[in-house]
Amino acid sequence: MIFHPLGKYILLLKAVFRRPEKWNIYRREIFHEMNSIGVGSLGIIAIISVFLGAVTTVQTAFQLVSDLIPKSVIGSIVRDSSILELSPTISAIVLAGKVGSSVASQIGTMRVTEQIDALEIMGINSPGYLILPKIIGGIVTIPMLVIISIGLSIFGGYLAGTASGAVTAQDFITGITTDFNPFTFTVSMVKAVIFAFIITSVSAYQGFYTDGGALEVGQSSTKAVVISCIAILFADYVIAQLLL
Amino acid sequence: MIEVKNIHKTFGENHVLKGISADFKEGMCNLIIGGSGSGKTTLLKCMVGLHEPEEGSVIYDGRDFTRMNFETRIEIRTEIGMLFQGSALFDSMNVEENIMFPLNMFTDQHRKEKLERVNFCLERVNLAGKNKLFPAELSGGMKKRVGIARAIAMNPKYLFVDEPNSGLDPKTSIVIDDLIQELTEEYKTTTIVVTHDMNSVMGIGENIIFLHQGEKWWEGSNKEISDTDNEELNEFVFASKFMRALQKNKK
Repeated sequence: MIFHPLGKYILLLKAVFRRPEKWNIYRREIFHEMNSIGVGSLGIIAIISVFLGAVTTVQTAFQLVSDLIPKSVIGSIVRDSSILELSPTISAIVLAGKVGSSVASQIGTMRVTEQIDALEIMGINSPGYLILPKIIGGIVTIPMLVIISIGLSIFGGYLAGTASGAVTAQDFITGITTDFNPFTFTVSMVKAVIFAFIITSVSAYQGFYTDGGALEVGQSSTKAVVISCIAILFADYVIAQLLL
Repeated sequence: MIEVKNIHKTFGENHVLKGISADFKEGMCNLIIGGSGSGKTTLLKCMVGLHEPEEGSVIYDGRDFTRMNFETRIEIRTEIGMLFQGSALFDSMNVEENIMFPLNMFTDQHRKEKLERVNFCLERVNLAGKNKLFPAELSGGMKKRVGIARAIAMNPKYLFVDEPNSGLDPKTSIVIDDLIQELTEEYKTTTIVVTHDMNSVMGIGENIIFLHQGEKWWEGSNKEISDTDNEELNEFVFASKFMRALQKNKK
């Protein structure tokens, strides 16, 4: 049951990475996608990141009942949780909803209105022209969004911690600057790149093989989000298992 | 000339094309006609490579298109222009960008030259000055004309047209038909039009192929079509009251 779509997905990716007809046109499309995926998602990522950090701080402080554990630990926990899990994974799930549905519906609409057929008649490699810029755009901008998300999450934790009195500013800063393991950041970036590939390619696949009309475009869009989310969580587990 | 030899196409259990062979002549409007579900559009899509036939071949001036791979097909595809039933204009691009798109992809011309070609094509379809409009701002007839302008931008040797009159009023349909015929004569293209519109058949059908249940049932010209004794074709041609009245008057 899974092998047929998996085979189609791999064949589609093979066509996506075929040599482009004209690099300068692809370059322009890549910048367009970077703007659409990256700049277009900045607002939502900023909002969720601040709240993620704030909630992590408040809940960690609530669970730290022992006086033997220094309050600076809250800063360390917020930092490591944000870098390793919250920023890459939650951002990716939010982006699967925002970017994934947009990619699937955009390509799906092009399929049902024969625009993809028009590209193919012209002799253009339609998977390459439509999907490659989205994959590259995602792989470049989503790690940047994750870096911004990490910064804002820690900042959100700082604000919530100091505003609620759960931790002092000094303790929080001590916490985030103590015992930092740079490898956690590497893991976070590996996750971001793989999640970006999953979001863009899975959604593009769902859109590309849409068959029917407007109703099916909506169904493809929903399937793109659901499958991307499951694939992200599965990949998250595999990466954690392999790298940590 | 395009030769179609023994084309078979099935979708699951449905055998849509059952060994169709035909010649489509250069500098002529070749029409593929037939009722809904007769296999017209499937044949057209097999000819341009959007569907792969299980059997048979499509030969463009001696070049067997069906035996080519993606890379070698590009050469023939750059010689093909196609107008789709729904026009298939790129929504994210304006009229100028739509027509310039194949030129951007396959030529190394400067922008000025490309713009000149775009303006020429737009003038040719009577849409001069509409460069900056987006598809959403165009009427059905205008979309068809922009589709034609895009199809002729690369100076095609082969022009494919799928249901050019669907969704258009009779007056606009005649404008589109006339435009297709003029372009065919002007550029000596091998034009293939899929239609079930009898006005088109009588107006531009120099070489007509009638499909019925996936088979070729009749071949001839618009001058011969009303005198045939082919029962299925007569049913198709004289299905409308208008055509029946014409036949009555003729008798």
